[in-house]
Amino acid sequence: MQISAPLAEHSTLAFRRASKALAAALALWAGAAAAGPPERVVSINLCTDQLAMLLAEPGQLVSISRISHDPNVSVMLDEALGYPVNHGQAEEVFRLSPDLVLAGQFTSSYTVGLLRRLGVEVVQLPIIHALDDIPGAIREVGRLLGREDRADTVAAQFEHDLAALRADLDTRPRAALHYANNYTSGDKSLANDILTAAGFANIALEAGLSGGGTLPMERLVMLMPDLIISGQQYPGASRSEAVLTHPAMNALRDRHAGSALSDAEWVCGTPAVLRAIARLQEAGQ
Amino acid sequence: MTRALALVLVALIVALFALSLLIGPAGLSPATSLAALIRGEGLAETLVMREIRLPRAILAAIIGAALGLAGAAMQGYLRNPLAEPGLLGVSGSAALGAVIALQTGFAAQFALGLPFAALIGAVLAVGLIIALAGPRGGALTLILAGIAVSALAGAFTALVLNLSPNPFAASEIMFWMMGSLADRSMTHVWLAAPFIVLGAVVLLAQGRAFDALTLGEDSAASLGVNLSRLRLMLVLAVASMVGAATAVAGAVGFVGLVVPHILRPFVRARPSSLLWASALGGAVLVLAADIAVRVVLPDRDLKLGVLTAIVGAPLFLHLVFKTRGQAL
Amino acid sequence: MTEFALTDFAVARGPCDVLRDINLTVGAGEFVGLLGPNGAGKTTLMRAALGMMPHRGHSALAALSARDRARHVAWLPQAREIGWPVSVADLVTLGRLPHLARGQKPGDADRAAIEAALARMGLDGFRTRIATQLSGGEQARVLIARALAQDTPLLMADEPAAGLDPAHQLGLMDTLAAEATRGRSVIASLHDLGLAARYCTRLVVLWQGGIAADGPPQDVLTPDLLARVFQIRAHVQQTEDGPICQPLGVV
Repeated sequence: MQISAPLAEHSTLAFRRASKALAAALALWAGAAAAGPPERVVSINLCTDQLAMLLAEPGQLVSISRISHDPNVSVMLDEALGYPVNHGQAEEVFRLSPDLVLAGQFTSSYTVGLLRRLGVEVVQLPIIHALDDIPGAIREVGRLLGREDRADTVAAQFEHDLAALRADLDTRPRAALHYANNYTSGDKSLANDILTAAGFANIALEAGLSGGGTLPMERLVMLMPDLIISGQQYPGASRSEAVLTHPAMNALRDRHAGSALSDAEWVCGTPAVLRAIARLQEAGQ
Repeated sequence: MTRALALVLVALIVALFALSLLIGPAGLSPATSLAALIRGEGLAETLVMREIRLPRAILAAIIGAALGLAGAAMQGYLRNPLAEPGLLGVSGSAALGAVIALQTGFAAQFALGLPFAALIGAVLAVGLIIALAGPRGGALTLILAGIAVSALAGAFTALVLNLSPNPFAASEIMFWMMGSLADRSMTHVWLAAPFIVLGAVVLLAQGRAFDALTLGEDSAASLGVNLSRLRLMLVLAVASMVGAATAVAGAVGFVGLVVPHILRPFVRARPSSLLWASALGGAVLVLAADIAVRVVLPDRDLKLGVLTAIVGAPLFLHLVFKTRGQAL
Repeated sequence: MTEFALTDFAVARGPCDVLRDINLTVGAGEFVGLLGPNGAGKTTLMRAALGMMPHRGHSALAALSARDRARHVAWLPQAREIGWPVSVADLVTLGRLPHLARGQKPGDADRAAIEAALARMGLDGFRTRIATQLSGGEQARVLIARALAQDTPLLMADEPAAGLDPAHQLGLMDTLAAEATRGRSVIASLHDLGLAARYCTRLVVLWQGGIAADGPPQDVLTPDLLARVFQIRAHVQQTEDGPICQPLGVV
């Protein structure tokens, strides 16, 4: 299960190595699938759920992952409620007799391996770390679903909207991404791209963080960001999230910095990120 | 000699407390730190000193004192150097209470809900341990009871965390099992301090009774000790202190084992003197351990319990070896 | 003043009475040996009289508050427990606890009582020794010294002579007898009939839940009673050194 971008980005390096191998596998597969568009597609990952829902023909997508029904993380809840859900387990996915399964990079390798041994076509899509990678991902899923035209339209619209939103400023306010457990996102992350596009500079770069990592609260406070973009809080309680409302952070927000929330729209590389950028720009003004 | 010990321990606490305030990733100079802490110079510096480092140092001191004192008191009552809140599952049960309070929302609804729930968990564990160990319970009974209580509390804590709708909760079992003071705040100080102070006042007043218990329960009773009252005081006070400490910092083990063991020779083994000495010694140990976790692995939240267990577990084995002939 | 007085005293364990209809008063200067076969209820009688067990009837000691009781009676249980490696002096000082207010340090009177107790038990050279490192006999003496330091009008001891070598047994009985002659009351449960006959001023024999005999040793240790209660025959003789009782065989 993919919880949020920072968690996923924690192992960016290992991931990048894996994605090269994946690209090769995808190329091989593309040749073999020329027979025709898949008729029963099952998605078992939150982000592939969203791209599939955007692009699939009615009836083509037969099941999406359970977390797409979770209002806390799903940006397409209304659409998602129209689909049956799966729990990403090989047995239940196999029973749906799919001719294509869309999975994420970090979907359990046991599940993926088992499905493949059972003869099910599984495609693992890499996690998106840059806004510029989103149109490619849209077209990729479009090709997999045999919906190239629809994908072209969506991707072009996205490119257009993004270009219109993208801020080009000389002086950028400094923003801090502050997630549970003091995680933050550095460059080469979708979150960093989102806040850059919205016209901010990421203080994680000042702190010398590349990719994701922890930025101790002390250092975050000392960097005195103009905007604090806090990670989302989930129901129940956790000590990990307690840092988000630590008195030091609250005081910083009260006396110096603006505040914004990094929520479900920040999680996946889909057109929903445009809404995140727009909201962030509002928060900056 | 005991006066010299008190002076040394207090001096160590002061030094470690100061060091704890001066260590941190923000890299402030001592002068800046002091100016920020005392006079509030600089917004960022003041927030770092007053809202992040000060509560951490205070918590290390009072939680250490609570665990040291609770260990000395349980050992005094059971006349067994192996008795320790962490080993006997008291901390684990307190953690279970705290986790239940957090996940059910009880902690959010009532100001003192969190420490109170932890206290209830701890009361059940101490009560059970004392009932199982009984007046003549040997080390074996005690340790077996502790294993059972610890295992049960740990399992239920894991269950509650896994049932939580919060995706982070399940990964926090390590915090509750090992304890950490990272990113705690003054809120936590105010949550824990009243319970710890109350428990300490009650236990420190029972010094004579613990002394008399050196001779066994019958002799102690004949010396005027009201055993049932002492038992009630012990259960409530230990639960109050361990509960509050665990509610905010997780279960930090072995402090109550190591500290009384090291200090016993310096107080001529008298249980009453060992109470205050262990409170001071516990503060020293946890302050030092919390500084160590920040110096050794500054970027990771290394758990306090890891360090205390590295020191404590071998000592525990040594004590088991030593007491094996007598009690088992 | 009579410290030890039981009236219509009974102790039940479950549905059956372990002791019943006990009427026993011990006066100042008496050294009472409490005799009886195993399981006769010697320990039960003493603990219940001290208020440590539920009982029926009246016990003067049990009626006192815990604090007052600690100033009236010193109790030496059979289990010789020394929980921590404290020094002999510190251990004996525990006997002064009932005389000290909360937080009060031992004063001159306390130190005098401690010194006297150490001296009487021949422990002068042991002050700084660690009690738990002493031999069993030495530990027993240290614990008796603790009870003596409590300086109470009544001293009760459960099997104080058990496990001591002959010299220390005799020394202990001398000490207890001397305490009685100083005007204290002493009650000790004993298994050694010889020691009991030789040193006690009065013997009380417990049997089948009641008092089978009560009186001076020569009156109590009759062949009939020894056969009936202890199932032994013994040689009992009055000598210059006092009465002698030497068990000879099982009946």
